[in-house]
Amino acid sequence: MASASVQINLPLPVLPAGWTAEKDFKPIGHLSHATDRNIEPVGPHFLAHARRKRHKRTFSEDDRIQAQANVKKIEDDDEGEISEPEDPLMLQREAKDWKGQDHYAVLGITRYRWRATEDQIKRAHRKKVLKHHPDKKAAKGGTEDDQFFKCIQKATEVLLDPVKRKQFDSVDEAADVEPPTKSETKKGNFYKLWGKVFDAEGRFSNKQPVPKLGNEKSNKEDVENFYNFWYNFDSWRTFEYLDEDVPDDNENRDQKRHVERKNQNARRKKKTEDTARLRKLVDDCLALDERIKLFRQQENAHKNKRRLEKEAEQKRIAEDAAKAKEEEAKLQAEKEAAEKAQKAEGKKAKEAAKNAAKKNKRVIRGAVKDANYFHGAGDAPASQIDSALNDVDALITKLDNEEIAALTAKLNGAKGADAIKQVYQDEVKQLIGAGKLKEGELKSLS
Amino acid sequence: MSAENDPAQRVAIGISFGNSYSSIGYTTGEGRAEVIANEDGDRQIPSILSYVEGEELHGGQAKTQFVRNAKNTVAYFRDFLGQDFKSIDASPCHESAHPVEHESTIAFKVKDNADKENEVTVSEITTRHLKRLRNSATYYLGKEVNAAVITVPTNFSDAQKEALNKAAKEAGLEVLQFINEPVAAVLAYDARPEAKLADKIIVVADLGGTRSDVAVVASRGGIYSILATLHDYEVTGLKLDQVLIDYFAKEFLKKHKSASDPREDARGLAKLKLECEAVKKALSIGTSASFSVESLVGGIDYTATINRTRYDLLGNKLFSAFSRLVLHAIEKAQLDPLDITEVILAGGNAHTPKIASTIQNAFPETTTVLAPSTSTTAINPSELSVRGASIQASLIQEFELEDIEQSTHPMVTVTPHLSHAVGVLCISGDESNGIFHAIVDAETPLPVRRTAIISTPREGGDVLIKLAEGLRHIKVTKPEPKPKKEKDEDDEDDSDDDESDEEEELREKTWKVSNVLSQAAIKGVKKGGKVEVQINVGADLGVNAIYREVGAKGGVRGIIAGGKAANGSA
Ligand SMILES: Nc1ncnc2c1ncn2[C@@H]1O[C@H](COP(=O)(O)OP(=O)(O)OP(=O)(O)O)[C@@H](O)[C@H]1O
Ligand SMILES: [Mg+2]
Repeated sequence: MASASVQINLPLPVLPAGWTAEKDFKPIGHLSHATDRNIEPVGPHFLAHARRKRHKRTFSEDDRIQAQANVKKIEDDDEGEISEPEDPLMLQREAKDWKGQDHYAVLGITRYRWRATEDQIKRAHRKKVLKHHPDKKAAKGGTEDDQFFKCIQKATEVLLDPVKRKQFDSVDEAADVEPPTKSETKKGNFYKLWGKVFDAEGRFSNKQPVPKLGNEKSNKEDVENFYNFWYNFDSWRTFEYLDEDVPDDNENRDQKRHVERKNQNARRKKKTEDTARLRKLVDDCLALDERIKLFRQQENAHKNKRRLEKEAEQKRIAEDAAKAKEEEAKLQAEKEAAEKAQKAEGKKAKEAAKNAAKKNKRVIRGAVKDANYFHGAGDAPASQIDSALNDVDALITKLDNEEIAALTAKLNGAKGADAIKQVYQDEVKQLIGAGKLKEGELKSLS
Repeated sequence: MSAENDPAQRVAIGISFGNSYSSIGYTTGEGRAEVIANEDGDRQIPSILSYVEGEELHGGQAKTQFVRNAKNTVAYFRDFLGQDFKSIDASPCHESAHPVEHESTIAFKVKDNADKENEVTVSEITTRHLKRLRNSATYYLGKEVNAAVITVPTNFSDAQKEALNKAAKEAGLEVLQFINEPVAAVLAYDARPEAKLADKIIVVADLGGTRSDVAVVASRGGIYSILATLHDYEVTGLKLDQVLIDYFAKEFLKKHKSASDPREDARGLAKLKLECEAVKKALSIGTSASFSVESLVGGIDYTATINRTRYDLLGNKLFSAFSRLVLHAIEKAQLDPLDITEVILAGGNAHTPKIASTIQNAFPETTTVLAPSTSTTAINPSELSVRGASIQASLIQEFELEDIEQSTHPMVTVTPHLSHAVGVLCISGDESNGIFHAIVDAETPLPVRRTAIISTPREGGDVLIKLAEGLRHIKVTKPEPKPKKEKDEDDEDDSDDDESDEEEELREKTWKVSNVLSQAAIKGVKKGGKVEVQINVGADLGVNAIYREVGAKGGVRGIIAGGKAANGSA
């Protein structure tokens, strides 16, 4: 099979540095498997091929069978997948009642229904045409009854027209999968049973692919996606197919309009009902979905854990607070006790000081007599005595206990009336200096 | 050895035998295929026989009998050959003789004798039809024709071929070979002197009278392999005729309010059918056509005209269904429209310009659509089969039958085909940066030898040659959304099926390296030098590669073993 050589104008890559191979060639992989096909025994190039291949050999029938064993098929055989027994009642249908017929049953493809491909529908149609063509029936001595044949044509017309097919599929109850009852679900077939329901409902989805129900191993995100998808379902389902026939004549336009309006309303109502139906279905499934419970439990467990931790924390805080309070109270009590003790001590000391002061005052007053009431020599007149005693009393009031003690000590050390008088006079002088006494306030000591 | 079995005595023709039309052809001494016109001057001879008072009419003359003598007119019978009654589709015969079950075969009840009705089997009908074709050819060639290559659909079963073979023998024709219709069409194109041998994928899309057939064919060095086929019995020429019948019937009823529906009258319907087919054919050439029937129904004559645009609209549903079939067949072959080099439109309806343009629109610009309205070099689509058959007849007429049979034997025809293209990496030896260039395409039958001449870097030097398998990949890029331009005020172009405002994505064919087979080096290539790579792939998938610098001595030789893969197919 010679042919002109291929011209490649892109340059070959430069040999990488260090590349070596024995005789400059390195095998690396193998070719992928080949496909056996029949080449067409036609044309001059085939003749050349045949000459080469035959080489004066003769082939036996066995060779022939062997050779064909793996050949890739290029023709489909129609048998098999599209053959269903025909219901005798169905065969008696009238074509005018086509709206009530199950188009998939008429074509024998009920096992596919909305899943049937265009190709399958066509092949099914062809099969039915071969079987039910009225001319063939008539030729076989049957009646020229073409009713079922017309049903076949109608079914094909509907199913091969995408718009009409959607309308029919919208109301094809045989394709519906009833939701399982609670008890069925409880037997442990939840995913299988409900999965089928949603597979069937999914046929109405504008958005494809439709998420799957999944199984017990599905993760939370997928499950949430699934329910979100179904709670926001975008459906193409319509109910035109169930319309009442609109009168065709132009005469009765009001009647026509009336029926049209009625149909519109009916469609809208059915659509609303369908939306509600689906919603309930999803609600029911959700309510039975163990995964939801599981996820909730997991969530609760998670929450509980957090709550317990929080409580523990609070308890700890409360305990800490109580402890702190106790501590404080103790400290307070100690402090109070100490204060009380201190106070008690102070009182004693004061008492003592008071007593000492009393004693000292007595000394101070007594010393006035020793100083002869500051009269110099001779008995001091009564007036002198009064005035001296009054002045000393006045002096005492100006002195605190310590000063009194100090004065007492000085007086005890002073001998003789003059010295004593001097002590008093010094005291007065000091008080005057401190501004506690006025000059001449104490006449006997000035 | 009887005279007709002696290759030296043979006069062989090509026959295309359709349910609707048949053609006969031969190859001239210069090797050109010619289609023979019968006595009526027809090259497309209706496959119809009609009996009028014991006289047999054939072809165009028989076809006119649809009106007066429908019950004794036999048409659309080819596909019934070799079949059970229960597996035939009787629909096309509704307006002519109906097929009946006859013993284990099929027959038509016709008065083929002056006064006796007979059940004539489909084999016998075929024999009679082929006899008429043979006679026409004999008459034209002036030599007794005694052999033929006959085209059949790709899904014609062995039983059907066997029945046809017998019927032909009865008609005095030795069938040298049955060849597939789409392959005959490819051969008709390849046999033209100006044709160049190139590896390509061809789709043959045939829209006939009672069926449409699509085949995807790999053509590799002049060898053809069918990759996928598809058959449909709903998208047909008869359905297109029906579209016109309904149109004219309605127009007629609009004009003649009190007249009855001509479609409900057997003769009226027959007249409509004949005239509508003629109108359809006229619209393939002209932009309008006239319809004219005398006494359509109730003695009313009816004339009307129709323009091509109207027909294009009426037929649009069927035209797009046909184009979907073609795309589906490509899908079945696991290919993309981008893989298709040529679409050969075949069958009578391929004359219709709108069918060709609908197909052209379904393909990228890189695909050539061969039909009268899209290509000036297109061959008449009604003649493709017969031309292919005629060429094949001339190629094999000198062979002994035994020889032909041995050559068409599966031992010869069953051949391993490469599953992926084999080629080299250019620019970079790194699989992710290098650019793969195929040397041998996928679906090439083995063994095969191919040579490539490859450029080298500007300065020459040492080069790396990496052989690899490449996977064809379709790269899809979405275009940047164009800013919507404001609608011109009274922009009233009625573009319902207008796709231009929908941004089309860009689709390109690219390659991915899937499997590196070998590395080789050519050292010291001179500046501007080129490297020649020759690849020989054996039936055992072993590769023998030879590399050398063009014009230089020496070279590198390498062998890649067939490996484990070879065990799989043998
Ligand atoms: N020039 C034309 N323009 C349009 N249609 C045409 C033209 N010529 C023939 N046809 C139509 O082509 C069909 C016949 O196609 P073809 O000659 O390929 O027949 P066939 O192979 O016998 O068909 P089949 O076997 O499918 O019945 C008929 O429907 C005929 O009306
Ligand atoms: Mg044909």
